[in-house]
Amino acid sequence: MKKEFKVIAGLLPNNTRVLDVGCGDGSLMSFLREEKNIEVRGLELNQENVQQCISKGLPVIQGNAETELHQFPDQSFDYVVLSQTLQAFYNPEEVLKNLLRIGKAVIVSIPNFGYWKVRMKLLFFGVMPVTKTLPNTWYNTPNLHMCTIKDLFKFCDEKNINIKQVVGVNEDKTSLIKKSNLEIKNLFSKLGIFLIG
Amino acid sequence: MPSLAGLFFWMNVKTEDINKIIVKKPLKLDCGKTINNFPLAYETYGKLNANKDNAILVFHALTGDQFVTGTNPITNKEGWWITAVGPGKAIDTDKYFVICANVIGGCMGSLGPKDTNPENNQPYGLDFPVITIKDMVKAQESLLEHLGIKKLLCATGGSMGGMQLLQFCATFPDKAFSAVPIACSSSHSAQNIALNELARQAIMADPVWDNGKYVSKNVQPKNGLAVARMVGHISYLSEKGMQEKFGRKLQEKADYEFSFNADFQVESYLRHQGYAFVERFDANSILYITRAMDYFDLSRQYKGGLVEAFKNQNTKFLVISFSSDWLYTTKENKDIVIALNASGADVSYSEIITDKGHDSFLLNEPEFLKTLKGFIDSMYEKFKNEKRI
Repeated sequence: MKKEFKVIAGLLPNNTRVLDVGCGDGSLMSFLREEKNIEVRGLELNQENVQQCISKGLPVIQGNAETELHQFPDQSFDYVVLSQTLQAFYNPEEVLKNLLRIGKAVIVSIPNFGYWKVRMKLLFFGVMPVTKTLPNTWYNTPNLHMCTIKDLFKFCDEKNINIKQVVGVNEDKTSLIKKSNLEIKNLFSKLGIFLIG
Repeated sequence: MPSLAGLFFWMNVKTEDINKIIVKKPLKLDCGKTINNFPLAYETYGKLNANKDNAILVFHALTGDQFVTGTNPITNKEGWWITAVGPGKAIDTDKYFVICANVIGGCMGSLGPKDTNPENNQPYGLDFPVITIKDMVKAQESLLEHLGIKKLLCATGGSMGGMQLLQFCATFPDKAFSAVPIACSSSHSAQNIALNELARQAIMADPVWDNGKYVSKNVQPKNGLAVARMVGHISYLSEKGMQEKFGRKLQEKADYEFSFNADFQVESYLRHQGYAFVERFDANSILYITRAMDYFDLSRQYKGGLVEAFKNQNTKFLVISFSSDWLYTTKENKDIVIALNASGADVSYSEIITDKGHDSFLLNEPEFLKTLKGFIDSMYEKFKNEKRI
């Protein structure tokens, strides 16, 4: 399992109820169910992924998080997980609001546009960055609202969203991110994982 | 026939290769009348295992019957769901024990309007009580009792079969470990009621129908029933699917005949479907079954609506809809998912993208069949484990 999922799993207590938004083929859900006895639910757009989840006995609803989060009742989950898709929504603010409505807490991960390699690409080569975490070119990227770890920090501050914990991930290394080390972590983390709500 | 059942709760009666039980337990119908000692025809495929944990109940649709797969001994045609049910199929009869019963009100062996009314020894006709989806489902629960099945591995059905399934889950919340409602709705829409009314009016406008009394004269309002079937067939296809299948193609002719014969292939198709249908179905049964569908509104039965209907569900659901189905739309199917979600039930949902309309659930739609198989097989593993614990 990829490092990001290990971190997310580490943030989730056993025996809770978790909604995985954009659950893909269900690998995180499987892990949470088997290892932590978590009651999982998934929301996924891609038909093939939905089929794979169903074959694994994982409950999944085929649909688009942008338009279909309304069907989940208020505070019906202990945690809602959104892995690396916030930046792909037309209206990430609305999606985030919905996640916080559905879950008592929310885990959001973002590819960090503030990572030093990303900054270098733009600064020295003058082209839109293409990296391992951001593999698409400007004309075919699904990412509409790229942001940095610092941006999301600021966003939560402005919207009065409580930040409980932030973890930066760079390959196999993880580190806690606080306001005091934000500038440096924003430069050296490929991913930011936020526990909010 | 009821007198034979005197000593036993049920008895098996074999006529014309149709398996039946006689349900002795009185069934109070929604209309207020009570029926008892009535025949319920059914068919099974595969073997029930020793743990009795591999049973799957299939609910049939409006014009279906208990002959799900293999060869229907009455019509000598393939069973209506041979695409999904059989050895090695999505619902694998090498592995699972599949049960399907003819609905009451039907005409394939279960009590229906063509049967004899014991009060006057005449065929019931319109004296047959108006039945509901709930009545159909309650009758079938008696069959499970007869077969000694406490909990089904899965219950499934498309169209009216899906409606029966939703009712079954609401009325008997502990009877199914999992459920797959397909291309259905929790309440019949105005459009669906209108289409059913069209079918009924076609039958009633046929002078042979004679207020439903045609049965005693040994005739059938064929023209009206055929038109009713044609209406159905149009609603089972999609605009795009119909255009692709038929377009403006002519039926075995090079040019227009300038007559009212079936010039177009689509006309020929409808006529064929319509008149083939009258050979195997009773016109009054269409009236009764379409009525049951129209009266179906699950939320109306529960204060607090659909969410309340699904409260305390331990059943694991998979709802499936088809993108081009305009009879039971994706929206209607999603409403079921939303209610199940709101009631906290374990629910999965998949929309299959296809041009084949409502009929898709009966056709060889690989994505649909793969999803169905994946779900049922995974549920079997879970059910076995749960039973062991």
